[in-house]
Amino acid sequence: MNQAPSESIGVSRGSLKSYLTGFVLALILTAIPFALVMRGAWSPAATLAGIIIAGIVQILVHLHYFLHLDTSSAARWNVLALLFTLLIMILFVGGGLWIMSNLNYRMM
Amino acid sequence: MFGKLSLAAIPYHNLITISAVIGSVILGLVILGLITYYRKWTYLYQEWLTSLDHKKIGIMYIILALVMLLRGFSDAILMRSQQAVAAGGHLGFLTPEHFNQIFSAHGSIMIIFMAMPFLAGLMNIVVPQQIGARDVAFPFLNSVSLWLTAAGAMLIMVSLGVGDFSKAGWSGYTPLTEKAYSPGVGVDYWIWAFQVAGIGSTLTGINFLVTILKMRAPGLTPMRLPLFVWTAFFTSVLIAWAFPVLTVDLALITLDRYLGMHFFTNDLGGNMMMYANLFWTWGHPEVYIVILPAFGVFSEVAATFSGKRLFGYRSLVYATAAITILSFCVWVHHFFTMGAGPNVNIFFGIATMLIAIPTGVKIFNWLFTMYRGRIRFTPPIYWTLGFIVTFSVGGAAGVLMAVPPADYVLHNSLFLIAHFHTMLIPGTLFGFMAGYYYWFPKAMGFRLQEDWGKRAFWCWVIGFYLAFIPLYILGFMGMPRRLQHYVNPAWHPWLLVAALGTAVIGLGLVFLVIQLVVSIRNRQILSDATGDPWDGRTLEWLTSSPPPAYNFPTIPVVADIDAFMDLKEKGIAYQRPEQYRDIEMPKNAPHGLIIGALTFLCGFALIWHIWWLAILAALGLLGTVIARAWDDDLYETIPAAEVQRLEDERYQRLAATQRNLADQQAIPEPVPEG
Repeated sequence: MNQAPSESIGVSRGSLKSYLTGFVLALILTAIPFALVMRGAWSPAATLAGIIIAGIVQILVHLHYFLHLDTSSAARWNVLALLFTLLIMILFVGGGLWIMSNLNYRMM
Repeated sequence: MFGKLSLAAIPYHNLITISAVIGSVILGLVILGLITYYRKWTYLYQEWLTSLDHKKIGIMYIILALVMLLRGFSDAILMRSQQAVAAGGHLGFLTPEHFNQIFSAHGSIMIIFMAMPFLAGLMNIVVPQQIGARDVAFPFLNSVSLWLTAAGAMLIMVSLGVGDFSKAGWSGYTPLTEKAYSPGVGVDYWIWAFQVAGIGSTLTGINFLVTILKMRAPGLTPMRLPLFVWTAFFTSVLIAWAFPVLTVDLALITLDRYLGMHFFTNDLGGNMMMYANLFWTWGHPEVYIVILPAFGVFSEVAATFSGKRLFGYRSLVYATAAITILSFCVWVHHFFTMGAGPNVNIFFGIATMLIAIPTGVKIFNWLFTMYRGRIRFTPPIYWTLGFIVTFSVGGAAGVLMAVPPADYVLHNSLFLIAHFHTMLIPGTLFGFMAGYYYWFPKAMGFRLQEDWGKRAFWCWVIGFYLAFIPLYILGFMGMPRRLQHYVNPAWHPWLLVAALGTAVIGLGLVFLVIQLVVSIRNRQILSDATGDPWDGRTLEWLTSSPPPAYNFPTIPVVADIDAFMDLKEKGIAYQRPEQYRDIEMPKNAPHGLIIGALTFLCGFALIWHIWWLAILAALGLLGTVIARAWDDDLYETIPAAEVQRLEDERYQRLAATQRNLADQQAIPEPVPEG
């Protein structure tokens, strides 16, 4: 097809090196939460915070190395879709937490 | 060997069900027999079942939707006639178990297997042509979507004759749908039918999102897109971001039922309201998923049949965008009464009321489009006018119910039933009926007979008011929904009127069938040789009716909102290119059909706990996907000579029609007999 969408996306496909970098980073960021829990040196609150931070950083690593999201104009629609996803996630997860905790407070 | 399945699963003791089953089986055998008799199996398989052509996939979607409309409507007849007789000492003819299955099946079928395939069908036929493309972005995925939806529909149909269907309503609230309270296979049928069709819909949403973003003709900037494409785009956005929530919700209840987990049980840490929360997080956007494409149809119809450009194009686009965002923020109004605090309820109450603003903007836009237009009173305009009036009534009822204290009184009463039917029947079905009539010549090559369309419309509208105005009144009288039997004699007369209304709507359905039969018989007189039967404004009317596989021999260049009208006014709409080129199109593939069939088998095996079959079917699915991935022979070329031949034929037909028109100017147009 002369209009196949894959031709017009124009986002870089990455190289073996970038994929390996992403893979190693992802492994390290997965190992960190395991180590935090297994060593048990930090307080539960600090451990939880560590897991969450490692998780968020890992999301960014995936987006950059595997999904090739950056600020170039070729990736504009992808970035827009990601931002919209974030908005919907805030609505769904935030809204859900608010509704259920409010219910919990009143019913328990 | 066969899990829970045994001969006892066949409901031979229930006269109504078994006669429906025997009727469907005989009908199915007759159709299969006719196909065999006329030796059409090869044709059917090569030209339709394995087709990746978006127009044929669209037609198959709409056939599925119309069949399921008949099934869902038979459920409605049963419910209304049961309530018309089951007053006081009479128990009616349906047992409570059977009645509960019927209302659950009615809701499930009408939303997931009537409205969703209908909108997917219209989008498939129209969107690529309106944006000047030759197919959707992912033609094979499109075929997979169709067959997954069909597999889900088959699961629901099979539940009629093998085992039973869910008795827990179309929304399947926990803990009633948990194993402890619904140990049978009914809920499992509901889960797998929804899950399979839902994944099909998600894929459709992604497909059209990419199609509209990436495959537009040169010059077709976003603010020149036809309104139907805009609504299809926002519907796809809603599908892609809301359906995954349903998938997860159903997966969690599946884990509860199959592996004894406790997400939504009321013991061991489960939270049953979390189910309702997730269900309506999908369920409210779903309402707008089925309504927005109909808004698109009304916009196209109002502009075309008024002979005017759409009034306030930009405001319509922005109103659609506003509805899309707001529809993600209102889901709690489905369960105001669960016990959350006033802060939560009033936030979602106000968000709900806000949606009325962009919707009102749209109503005024359509009215102003028609204002001072030369309106041609064809059936699509009838459906549009019927929609505007009826939908406004339903919208007012909706704003009333958006007030949480009022909702506490009206929740789960027949007022609610009346309200959402007043939104969904005019808002969705009337729109789809208008689109069905409007685009029928484009898909099939001949128009539908007009008189029977108008008769069907009047039956639908009058029947609708007769059937649902009594439900508003009954709601105020305190009648709850889903009653198999009641003792209050004051309700009885209203339910008789409602049953009469259902009969009138049934007549409307019969007229639609007659219209189809009459039109097929008179297809020579009704044939559309020009490809532009309504003096259309958008690009789909540039192609012939029905369009060739490649839609456009050369991709048109767009310079205006009403692209085709603009080309016609400049006199270059039918200009031929100097020479035609080879066109590469996706090749038909059987994998979508196979995936659908194996998914059906897998779902059926999971419902009845036939584990070996489920594993085999799942392995088969994996194998089919791998086989498709290894298939490199994906495209076929239509040579330039073939394109030239098809286009020559088309231009001969065009010239002949124009000569005929010139000859007949003095003679009144022949009216086809009904």
